[in-house]
Amino acid sequence: MVADAAVAPVETADPPARGLQARAWLARRSEAFLIPVGAALAGFVLFGLFLAALGKSPLQFVDIVYRGGFGSSFALGNSLQRAAPLLFAALCVALPARLGLVVIGGEGAIVLGGLSAAAAAQPLAALPPALAIPLMALAAALVGAVWIGAVGFLQAYRGVNATISSLLLSYIAIALSNHLIEGWLRDPASLNKPSTLPVGDAFMLAPMPGIGVHWGLGVGVLSCLVAYVLMDRTTLGFAARIAGGNVRAAQIQGLPVGRLIVGFTALGGAFAALAGFFEVVAVQGTANGTLAAGYGYTGILVAFLARQNPIAIMPVAFLLGGIEASSGLIQRRMQLPDATVLVLEGLLFLVVLASETLYGRLHLFSPHLWATKRAAAALPAGAPA
Amino acid sequence: MADHSLSRRHLLGGAAALALTPLSRARAAGTLTAGFIYVGPKDDYGYNQAHALAAKALKGMPGLEVTEEERVPETNAVEKTMESMINLDGATLLLPTSFGHYSPYMVAEAKKNPKIQFRHCGGLWTDKDPKNAGSYFGYIAQGQYLNGIAAGHATKSKKLGFVAAKPIPQVLNNINAFLLGAQSVDPSITCQVIFTGEWSLAVKEAEATNALIDGGADVVTCHVDSPKVTVETAARRGAFVCGYHVDQSPLAPQKYLTGAEWNWLPIYKGFVEAMQAGKVPENFVRGGLADGYVKMSPYGPGVSDAARKNADAVKAEMMKGGYQIIKGPLKDNAGKEILAAGKGYPEKAAELESTNYLVAGVKGSV
Repeated sequence: MVADAAVAPVETADPPARGLQARAWLARRSEAFLIPVGAALAGFVLFGLFLAALGKSPLQFVDIVYRGGFGSSFALGNSLQRAAPLLFAALCVALPARLGLVVIGGEGAIVLGGLSAAAAAQPLAALPPALAIPLMALAAALVGAVWIGAVGFLQAYRGVNATISSLLLSYIAIALSNHLIEGWLRDPASLNKPSTLPVGDAFMLAPMPGIGVHWGLGVGVLSCLVAYVLMDRTTLGFAARIAGGNVRAAQIQGLPVGRLIVGFTALGGAFAALAGFFEVVAVQGTANGTLAAGYGYTGILVAFLARQNPIAIMPVAFLLGGIEASSGLIQRRMQLPDATVLVLEGLLFLVVLASETLYGRLHLFSPHLWATKRAAAALPAGAPA
Repeated sequence: MADHSLSRRHLLGGAAALALTPLSRARAAGTLTAGFIYVGPKDDYGYNQAHALAAKALKGMPGLEVTEEERVPETNAVEKTMESMINLDGATLLLPTSFGHYSPYMVAEAKKNPKIQFRHCGGLWTDKDPKNAGSYFGYIAQGQYLNGIAAGHATKSKKLGFVAAKPIPQVLNNINAFLLGAQSVDPSITCQVIFTGEWSLAVKEAEATNALIDGGADVVTCHVDSPKVTVETAARRGAFVCGYHVDQSPLAPQKYLTGAEWNWLPIYKGFVEAMQAGKVPENFVRGGLADGYVKMSPYGPGVSDAARKNADAVKAEMMKGGYQIIKGPLKDNAGKEILAAGKGYPEKAAELESTNYLVAGVKGSV
């Protein structure tokens, strides 16, 4: 624990200012790490009480999650496979969130992305796969960008709440997709499960070498890194964060708030659509109703647990992938219904949301606590004491 | 239901259950482990429960271990579930039960694990598929025809209602059979169908049931994963209801006429016995009432003596095998001829696997 190591700082006669600053900096920065981790632990403890109330052993649960999600190469592969679509889905929440928008309709972009990729495969069939597959990805990303970009547009220019519009648009996306899959785009041979024509073996991606997980994982990790650099290391991202922090201030600074919102929501939609693209070209081979598998909704949980930080999305998606991977073993070994894992996810979500109120209020993370009186006096007033 | 309230006894019980289970279950030599995979909850009063009931009944068989997993989606998650059951539970017979579990997932696993047997409910296994794979299904349209006979006797408005998930062949066969059964009682009977678009969508199923009854239907049935909502809503509105998948009479004791039920037990028993005898279980298993794969719920109090006699007589004919529900002269509800006089499809006819029409008298479109 970062903070524990710094407990009881040794007072020296004349501590170097640099050391003090470092300690105060550490105290401030550790807040962003320790509060969500603490909240997640609290969620697990609450869930443990829930299990104990059912007469089940919380320790056995932890043991099974470890074995089912992380304890062997099979378990790790299982978790990584489930984490892959969550990376994209979480980015669709995290990027707009930095601009102050709560977008919960990533599921719609995933479904339309997969459908677009499958639909694009037919006109591209004559092209070599090395050219056609990126074009299919582009088709998916464009459609996803337009879909979620529309949410940003409605918010920025028409004042429509992004949470509600994105959710409603996702219902429309799924209905539209089902309509096309059961109509115009239907493979006549798909009798009892309406699907589009298969994209064909040539257009299917082989698994990543070594780990046997599809390429959605590799591209998803890359996407998180790109999103982090864009958001936290570029002026564009800085502008976006200012707009998210205070719209009026950003407008007074002359920032193009509307265009920033549309651009970042569109980017989020493009990422979500890639999850659908990989479902089609790496997993299913066609687009069908199964594209709406709920990744978009689990992605919301991932993004909030990661506090909308693209770097944190990666370990959180891996953790949730592991919990989902172990859900089968939990059913089979503990005779618990599958909904048990949903209870855990729901508890984690609630506790992490509740912990949002703690930021800036815990004395533990105050720089004043970690600096000497003399140095503390030099710190800006107004920091929480 | 067990009392799930938090009590100290429970907490102590949880603490006492700390002993961790070993990763692989200890298995007696020669024990066969069968892994059942369901797409929804196994207590759904419907499709998944029908399979889970058979799995439960199997548990008494000597030399057999049963392992089950519910709510396994039709994504690559089902591949991991199968691999987990093979690697951790030692399963050598896998039974994924949802249509979308078949391709590409079960086929891929069958190729990967040539020593494991895979049998799938609903798929159409052919010679080109792996030899350690297979499929099984029941001709449940026969049950819907008998439902229709009971409904035909019970209806006063001469209007029936059908809540359907998707316009796919298996569902269309059921709708057609239900109305044809009713029309065998009174040819003037019609049936309104509403497609909800999804296999499990409780709100829409309730809305559809209410809309059908508002439109004058006084007997309702359905083909969705869980008929619970339709059965309860119809009974509350005072309409009669015919069940599907499993016996739903406990949900509506007064209004439940009868129901078309699956009986998977003989199929599963056959697979297990074949494997225990060292043989490869059959690759392609299909059958209806005559084979015992489909059965009817007991008649409810709303079924008249005449209706019972009528339905029992037809059922006796069906038990002989080869009963033609779809037989000419027959037109679809757009006026196009389906079959000329003198022709007919017995339950095993391959044409029924690709039905794409609703028969005359059904109000609704594919």
